[in-house]
Amino acid sequence: MGALTLSNVTKSFGATDVIKGVDLEVNEGEFCVFVGPSGCGKSTLLRIIAGLEDASGGAVTIDGRDVTLLPPAKREIAMVFQSYALYPHLSVRDNMGLALKQAGVARAEIAAATDRAAGMLALGPLMDRRPAELSGGQRQRVAIGRAIVRTPKLFLFDEPLSNLDAALRVQTRIEIARLHRDLGATMVYVTHDQVEAMTLADRIVVLRAGRVEQVGAPMELYNDPANTFVAGFIGSPQMNFLKAGALGMRSDSMGVRPEHLAISRGTGQIAGKISHVEKLGGETLVYVMTDGQGLLTVRLFGEHDYTVDEAVGLTPDLSRAFHFDAAGLRMR
Amino acid sequence: MAQARSHFGRSIAAHAVLLTYTVIALFPVFVIVINSFKSRKAIFSEPLAVPTPATFDLIGYATVLKQGDFFQYFQNSMIVTVASLFFVLLFGAMAAFALSEYRFRGNLMMGLYLALGIMIPIRLGTVAILQMMVASGLVNTLAALILVYTAQGLPLAVFILSEFMKQVSDDLKNAGRIDGLSEYRIFFTLVLPLVRPAMATVAVFTMIPIWNDLWFPLILAPAESVKTITLGSQVFIGQFVTNWNAVLAALSLAILPVLVMYLIFSRQLIRGITAGAVK
Ligand SMILES: Nc1ncnc2c1ncn2[C@@H]1O[C@H](COP(=O)(O)OP(=O)(O)OP(=O)(O)O)[C@@H](O)[C@H]1O
Ligand SMILES: [Mg+2]
Repeated sequence: MGALTLSNVTKSFGATDVIKGVDLEVNEGEFCVFVGPSGCGKSTLLRIIAGLEDASGGAVTIDGRDVTLLPPAKREIAMVFQSYALYPHLSVRDNMGLALKQAGVARAEIAAATDRAAGMLALGPLMDRRPAELSGGQRQRVAIGRAIVRTPKLFLFDEPLSNLDAALRVQTRIEIARLHRDLGATMVYVTHDQVEAMTLADRIVVLRAGRVEQVGAPMELYNDPANTFVAGFIGSPQMNFLKAGALGMRSDSMGVRPEHLAISRGTGQIAGKISHVEKLGGETLVYVMTDGQGLLTVRLFGEHDYTVDEAVGLTPDLSRAFHFDAAGLRMR
Repeated sequence: MAQARSHFGRSIAAHAVLLTYTVIALFPVFVIVINSFKSRKAIFSEPLAVPTPATFDLIGYATVLKQGDFFQYFQNSMIVTVASLFFVLLFGAMAAFALSEYRFRGNLMMGLYLALGIMIPIRLGTVAILQMMVASGLVNTLAALILVYTAQGLPLAVFILSEFMKQVSDDLKNAGRIDGLSEYRIFFTLVLPLVRPAMATVAVFTMIPIWNDLWFPLILAPAESVKTITLGSQVFIGQFVTNWNAVLAALSLAILPVLVMYLIFSRQLIRGITAGAVK
């Protein structure tokens, strides 16, 4: 029995179908990440789980209980929003304690729970401030703290890190991962950030236009994508898709990750000219305009001094290549 | 440095424009107030002069306070204005919240219907209103005025407030729902404080026409015990002789409460509210 089960959940806004039948099982204690392009329905699906949006069809089960018709407060969930959504008129302490107060928990118990959560997130010195007196990172920590205090069956996160700057994002990401380990709670996390998905998830759910494309552990999706969409979506920089016919293969297209494409100044299987080079220190990205295969990306480790307009040859590592048919489905 | 100076210059220009406007706008009020402290002869000989010991006279105030039940009028006006304002803001905000927050069939139509009242003056319905008030026995009560003014103020209140409520963060309301707040708590403790500046604007726009209205008090509540101050002041304006001292004194006194209420609301308008709720 899973901590969260979605059975054939659909959602339409008027005539537009946004969620087109999603089935999903999230196990107890699992960190599940929803990824997908903008507008594919990640937030809508999360809001249906939370009960903030009614599903047009299907059922939502949390911890074995059918909650499809229950209001959000009765679902024993907690949610962290991108915009923090702290109550502006309450202190940090009261923000964190409000849900328990609403549920009629004794005051001493609320204080104990808030202090425990504050300890986990190092919020101690901020407890009596108002949200307006906190920085963005502190506000998001308070919002996470508010979620912890309730000890919910299920944590929901909707792009919680998108409003933070790069350094803070890494720090908060690590904090969330640590919390997940310490609490052992079930979490559902929406993001469009590759790195967050790969580093945090036990399992990734790739969504496209309201449908689940593939579900699997990060490395499963990376090493064994089901179709061109997942192959292109997971991994950064994006996978190269080559016209397989031109290379004498029987598949329609062949996917090769930038790190599995060898480059040499001599000749290769595919000839081309360098159109751009990005040097990142630890790695170098070379963009090659090829004859017949379009623009391909090559990822090299360490520093390399390729220059623009140099003629090069590319050779794909065929043992690591993926083959897809005309419909974009993987051929094994 | 040059930039600082040009900034300074622009600020002077802006202040000059604003001060000129203030002087023009306040001039009639100023004339009313200074003349209310002068004798009748001085009002007519030198209307723009400030009162001097020779021309200073409180006869106007004395007349006003002696004749008629001025404090009663004052109290009536206060009750009608404050009660109408309260109901307009309460019901207006609630209707605006429903229109902006909930998706239901006929939402848009309902919004348009409620906004229609902005364009159609309520006075067109005076006869029907009077008939209703007679039928329900509300003629010559303050309740009649409060009901009419509430109806008069609602369309603009709903229109302005629903625009502002659309801008309140959905995440904030949803966080409240997840934490188990009722829709009423969400409305009163989360949404209303965030639209306080809009509420203050609506309050000012609603209050002034109510305080100044002569039409409905004259028709619906002309009895002595329920006269408003605007109606009460009319006794000094006669067909043949107008007691200018008394009229000016009554007007000066009538300005005061409006001024006080305006000051209360404008502080709300300016107060930097709730930074940091979101973002
Ligand atoms: N209240 C609504 N009425 C009509 N359409 C809506 C509504 N809310 C969302 N949609 C539509 O549903 C689709 C999915 O929206 P959703 O917010 O779930 O996307 P998302 O995957 O979270 O995207 P992003 O990564 O940009 O946050 C979008 O096409 C959006 O236009
Ligand atoms: Mg979203």
